Amino acid sequence: MTVDSNNDLEKQIAEWRAYMRRRRELHQPDAEELEDHLRDRIAELTAAGLHSDEAFLIAVKRMGSLDELSREFAREHSERLWKQLVLTGDDAGTPTSRKRRELPTMIAFAVGAAVAFKVPTLFGVDFTDDNNGGFYLRNFGLFALAPLAAYFAWRRRVSPGVIGVLVALFALGAVAANAYPMAMDSQTIVLTMIHLPIALWLVVGVAYTGGEWRSDRRRMDFIRFTGEWFIYFVLIALGGGVLTAFTVGTFSAIGLNAETFVGQWLVPCGAMAGVVVAAWLVEAKQSVVENMAPVLTRVFTPLFTVTLLVLLGAIVWTSNGIDVERDVLIIFDLLLVVVLGLLLYAISARDPAAKPGVFDKLQLALVVTALVIDVLVLAAITGRITEFGFTANKTAALGENLVLLANLSWSAWLFLGFVRGRLPFGRMEHWQTRYLVVYAAWAWIVVLAFPPLFDFA
Amino acid sequence: MHITKDLVAASATPLVLGILADGESYGYAILKQVNEMSGGHLEWTDGLLYPLLHRLERLGHVESTWQTPAEGRRRKYYRITDQGLKELAEQRRQWAAVVDTLRGVWNAGASLRPIPASAWGVTG
Repeated sequence: MTVDSNNDLEKQIAEWRAYMRRRRELHQPDAEELEDHLRDRIAELTAAGLHSDEAFLIAVKRMGSLDELSREFAREHSERLWKQLVLTGDDAGTPTSRKRRELPTMIAFAVGAAVAFKVPTLFGVDFTDDNNGGFYLRNFGLFALAPLAAYFAWRRRVSPGVIGVLVALFALGAVAANAYPMAMDSQTIVLTMIHLPIALWLVVGVAYTGGEWRSDRRRMDFIRFTGEWFIYFVLIALGGGVLTAFTVGTFSAIGLNAETFVGQWLVPCGAMAGVVVAAWLVEAKQSVVENMAPVLTRVFTPLFTVTLLVLLGAIVWTSNGIDVERDVLIIFDLLLVVVLGLLLYAISARDPAAKPGVFDKLQLALVVTALVIDVLVLAAITGRITEFGFTANKTAALGENLVLLANLSWSAWLFLGFVRGRLPFGRMEHWQTRYLVVYAAWAWIVVLAFPPLFDFA
Repeated sequence: MHITKDLVAASATPLVLGILADGESYGYAILKQVNEMSGGHLEWTDGLLYPLLHRLERLGHVESTWQTPAEGRRRKYYRITDQGLKELAEQRRQWAAVVDTLRGVWNAGASLRPIPASAWGVTG
């Protein structure tokens, strides 16, 4: 064989190999095994006097059609048709040392999060005891999210400057949560409990983006991450619930009471570790499993649209005033959050270049209906607030409502422009990712300014 | 002579196990051996041997190792396991029963209708 024909043959084999690799049913070792076979066959045929490219053609032909081959492989390895999460990443060739360390490091961070949560008990702060001014109540956001931020700081190898920012913001949160003399039964402590995790979650976003928090693309990634993380955390929590039930049940069957262990250790430590594990799962399965949040969005957008339209119709038809009770504003805040979530996760999965379709119109209808309902609620509630004055809770709820209303109004406007073909879809994405700063600002205002503003009541 | 697909498929497992019972081997060599032993009558599609080998491995009848001989390509060798030897013995018993039955049928058929081809011309 001349050098030339040898080169040609290598090229042909390389093409064949690339073609094989496109089949999911055929893994790398299988392709190697088949290639070895192919080379043997070619060697035999050329030894019998055939030209190398003739030998190649015959060898490929004798190998059988790729479709038939993949079908047989699929029948034997049916698990390959299901995308599997390969935890050690051994399919993609030789793993780097960093890649191999990923799993142990994640476990270390998760264990660290679980242990850190119990450290204060060494100093006599009881988890269930309310006498310590609600130490855990104030700080659980810090306990849950500081390890997560640290984990991402490690994963993204962020610069010292970004680490400084992260540390400073977490320290600020710790000071705000603990320095103010808020009573256990005050409204402000509840507000801090709700808003500090939100504020810190967005700080985690800074770590998640590896310091590139100004980039729209990275922010969108963080939004996607948030949705997936939430779903995974809920799944882990469900599994944890099953584990808890079995622990309590089986131990009580042998006459031991596991409830203290479960309440003091299993549930809180498990939840703290779960935060990190869920984040790691989202990262690990990023390119393996379809994102779930957009799928849920597709399913629930039509349902929510119909429900809201019927609600709006009922308000108009019965001309029932909205019963302005204490919690009504919170329910409608949550409704806006859900609508915003549906909008965000539809955006996150959308091809920005695609033309507007039926689903976009449905989405617009959803947003507009939610806006109209919310305006009705706000109109009904403003009178009540001016009548009874501002409490911390009411102000926070009202503020949230306005923040969301502003976002959704402008979203509806951009959406309308997009559906009518006047605005590119990128504008929408840009608006939503820019707006993250507003959420962060508002959450920090509630955490930092509300307690002194309302006399820690 | 062309042997039908069903027969090829049915005989594939005992053939592979039988060849591996003589010592470890790899795909291409197994295929060549089948070809030589059958006098070229048993035509397998080359590629389809591998899913079969993987199936036997999953069932525990064979085990495989990647070996790199000096001055050679990395190659996957298959070796029969004890369980595979038992399976082979079982398959041999079954095939022997089938072959015996068939032989009985051929012989009986031959004795029942020992009509030579030329006889047809006379009666017809």
